[in-house]
Amino acid sequence: MGRTSTFLLSAAAAVLAGTMPALAAWQPQKPIEFVATAGPGGGTDNLARAVQNIITKHKLIEQPIVVVNKGGGSGAEGYVYGKASAGDPYKVIFGTSNAWQQPLVSKVAFNYTDLTPIAAMAQDEFLLWVKQDSPYKTAGDYLKAAASGEFKMGGAQSKDTDEVLTRMIEKVGKVKLTYIPFKSGAETAVQLAGGHLDSHVNNPSESLGQWRGGTQRPLCVFSPKRLPQGPKVTATEGWGDVPTCVEQGLDIKQYEQPRTVWLPGKVTPEQAAFYVDLMKKVQATPEWKDYIEKTSQVDTFLTGAELEKFIKQDLEHIKQVAGEQGWLVK
Amino acid sequence: MDNLQELLHGFTIAVTVPHLVLMVVGVLLGILVGVLPGLGAPNGVSLLLPLTFGMQPVSAIILLSSMYWGALFGGSVTSILFNIPGEPSSVATTFDGYPMARDGRPTTALATAFGSAAFGALVGVILITFLASWVAQAALAFGPAEYFAVYFLAFASFVGMGGAAPIKTVVALALGFAIAAIGIDTVSGSVRLTMGVDELVKGVSFVVAVMGLFGIGELLVAVEEEFHARAVSSKIDWREVFRAVGRLPRHGVALLRSAAIGCWMGITPGGPTAASFMSYGIARRFSRRGRHFGTGEVEGIVSPETADHAAGTSALLPMLSLGIPGSATAAVMMGGLMIWGLNPGPMLFVDQKDFVWGLIASMYVGNIVAVALVLLTVPVFAALMRIPFVVIAPLIVIICVVGAYSVSNSYLDVVMMLGFGVVGYLFKKLFYPLAPLVLAIVIGDKAEDAFRQSMLISKGSLGIFFANKLVTCLIVGGIALLLLPLLLQLPRLWRKPASPATDAPVQERAII
Repeated sequence: MGRTSTFLLSAAAAVLAGTMPALAAWQPQKPIEFVATAGPGGGTDNLARAVQNIITKHKLIEQPIVVVNKGGGSGAEGYVYGKASAGDPYKVIFGTSNAWQQPLVSKVAFNYTDLTPIAAMAQDEFLLWVKQDSPYKTAGDYLKAAASGEFKMGGAQSKDTDEVLTRMIEKVGKVKLTYIPFKSGAETAVQLAGGHLDSHVNNPSESLGQWRGGTQRPLCVFSPKRLPQGPKVTATEGWGDVPTCVEQGLDIKQYEQPRTVWLPGKVTPEQAAFYVDLMKKVQATPEWKDYIEKTSQVDTFLTGAELEKFIKQDLEHIKQVAGEQGWLVK
Repeated sequence: MDNLQELLHGFTIAVTVPHLVLMVVGVLLGILVGVLPGLGAPNGVSLLLPLTFGMQPVSAIILLSSMYWGALFGGSVTSILFNIPGEPSSVATTFDGYPMARDGRPTTALATAFGSAAFGALVGVILITFLASWVAQAALAFGPAEYFAVYFLAFASFVGMGGAAPIKTVVALALGFAIAAIGIDTVSGSVRLTMGVDELVKGVSFVVAVMGLFGIGELLVAVEEEFHARAVSSKIDWREVFRAVGRLPRHGVALLRSAAIGCWMGITPGGPTAASFMSYGIARRFSRRGRHFGTGEVEGIVSPETADHAAGTSALLPMLSLGIPGSATAAVMMGGLMIWGLNPGPMLFVDQKDFVWGLIASMYVGNIVAVALVLLTVPVFAALMRIPFVVIAPLIVIICVVGAYSVSNSYLDVVMMLGFGVVGYLFKKLFYPLAPLVLAIVIGDKAEDAFRQSMLISKGSLGIFFANKLVTCLIVGGIALLLLPLLLQLPRLWRKPASPATDAPVQERAII
C-alpha cells in the first residue's frame, strides 16, 4: 500500500516535472540531513523538525530526512559544519540572522557568504516586556523610569539580536540600561518573573506562557503595525492589543528576526532551486499555518534577490550598532 | 486535598490500555538508548519526537517521559558494568558500582542501583504531587546570585567532603573549569581557548570527556595492572535480585537523606548531576563504613542513584510550571510541548489539567513499569560480566570511539576522547580524583555565567552574595564546607600522638 502511493506520488511528480523542466533538473538521491544551528527544543530546532514533519507527512520528497542539532558556540558549530560541507546538496542548514551577524562580532570560522541562501521562512517579532506588577503602563513610562540608569535588561546571548535591540532602545530612548545575557529567552523570562530583571525583549513564543500566567506583560511591539489579532492570550487581551512601540514614543519602527534556510556553498543553481521550491510547497500546507500560529510568528517567504537585499540591509544596520558599541572584530 | 483528587483523575487518564502499552514501549526504547553509549536520553527523546506530532499531547508526553525513565535506568547499567557513565548524573554511580560488579557481584550492584533509583523517583513524584504550587514559587526566588551560590555549594561540598586530598580536589576542579571555558562565552559572546581549532567553538562535550576519562582511563589501568585475561565468574541468581532489593530498607537513612538532597537540587537549579555527586560525598562522610567507599559499598551505590532519580523527577516540575528545563532531556520535551500547542508556564496547571495530572499519574505508573522491566533484565546484563577481559577490552574501545563520534559526527571528538583517556589514566596513577574534574566540566561554565551575571547586576560588588537570607545561607554553607578540611587539621595538630583514624569521624560530626 505504502509502496503504491509512493509510486503514484512519484508518477505525479514526474508529470509535474514535465511541465516545469527547470526545477526537475535535480532530485535528491540519498537521505537528507537537516542541521539545526541550535540545541534541541529551541525555536530553530522546532522549525527544522516542523519542516521535516510536513515534508514526511505530505511525501514532498521520497528520501528520508534526519534532523541533527549542532548548536554549539551559539550556532557557529552548525554554520562551520555547513561551510565544511561545500558542494554537498544533502545538508540543509536552519538558522537565524545569526548567520550574518555572528561573524561581525566574534571570531568564528565562517561567514554567511560561505553558504548558499535558500529562504527566510518566518519572522519572529520582538516585544518589550516588564514584570506584571511593575508600575509602567506604556513604553513612555518605562523610558522615564529607566532614565535613573538603574534598569536591568535581560536577553539571550551576548552581542546577538537581543543586545542589539537593547542598544537601539538606549540610543533612541536616551537611557542607559545594564544588559545581562542569559543562555536562552526562556531563562530570561523566568528571571523577569522572579524580579531579578526589570525588562527583556523576548519573542512572543518565549514569553507566551508567562504572559498567560500573569507574571509579565508586553508594553509594546517593535513592528510598523500591530500584530494580527488571533485568539486571546489572557482573559482580556491578545497579541493584536499590544500597541506598537512607535505609538508609545519609542521610535524603533521595525525589528524582527528571520528564520533562515541555507545550503552549503558551491552547490549548483538547480540544487538550490529544488530546495526553494520544496520550502514553498511546505509553506502552502495547513500544518505550516498551524505551526506559525502556535509559535506566534509572522509568515513570510523571502528568497533570491529579495532575501539578499534583506540581508544587506540588516547587515548595514548591525554594522552601525556594532561599530558604535565597539564590537566589530577584524 | 485538591491535589489528591486531581491525581486520581490523572490515574484514570494514565491507566488505560493504550497508555500502558506506550509506557512499556517507551521504557524499553529508553533502556536501549541508555545502555548504548553516545545515544543517551536527550538524543533518544529527540529521535522519537517527530513520531509524536500526530498524537494527543498526553499520550505523547507519556511516551517521551517513559523513555526518559528507561534511559535513566539504562544509563546506570553501563556505569556499573563497564565504568562508562552514559549520562553526567550516573558518573557517581561508577565509584562503587563498578568495583562491586568487578568483584563478582554485578547482580547485587544492578539490583541495588535500580531499587534505590526507583525509591528516589517515587519521592520526587510525591513531592511534585503535593507541593507543585509551592515549589514553583520557590524556584522563582533563584536569580543569578542564587544560582551561583548553589553551584558554589556543590563544588565546596567536594573539597570539604570528597575523599581525596583537598588540594588535589581543587586542582582537578580548576582543570575542569578551564575545559568548560572552551568555546563561545555567553556573557561576552567571544570565542575562548579554541587554540586555532575552528571546531572547538562548540566546546568540549561531556560525553567525550567522560568516555575517555572513565572508559579508556580504566582500561589503561586494567591493562597495566592485570594483564592476564580475567572473567568474573558471577553466579546469576534470580533470588539475588530480590535479596538485594529486600536489603535496601537497612539503608533507610541513606535513602531518605539522598532523596532529600535529590529533590532539593532538582527544584533549585543544581540538577541531577550535582545532586548525585553531593549525595555521594555526604554519604561517604557520614557513613560508618565511609573509609570503604570506592571499593564496592552498597551505600556508595544507593546514595548517588537515589539522589539522581529524585532530582531528575523533580526537575520536571520547573519545566512544567515555569518553562525552565532542568536537564537536556527536559529541554527536548519542552520543545515538544510547544509543537503540541501547549505553553509551559504557570497557566499549564490551570488550563491543561488533564495533561499535567495525566503526566504526573503516569510518572507513578511509568516508574513502576520501568523498575519491573529493568529488574527482569538484570540477569541478562549481569551475564555480560562473564565475558573475558580480552574480549571485553576491545569492545569497550569500540563503544567509546563510536560513542564519541556519534555525539556530533566529528573525528576531532574521537581524538579528544582518547586524549581524555590518557588524562584519566594519569589521574588514577597520581591519585587525583576524577569526580571534581567531571563536575567542573559539566557545571563549570554555568557557574561562571551565573557569577558574571551577578557581577553585572551588582555593578561589581560582592555584596550581592549576601543580599538576602537565601543566598547568604547558601554561600556561608559553601564557605564552611571549603574550610572544613582546614578545621579538621587543627585538632590533629594539637593531639598529634592520638590515633587520628579512630578520632576523626567523631570530630567531623561535631563540626558539621
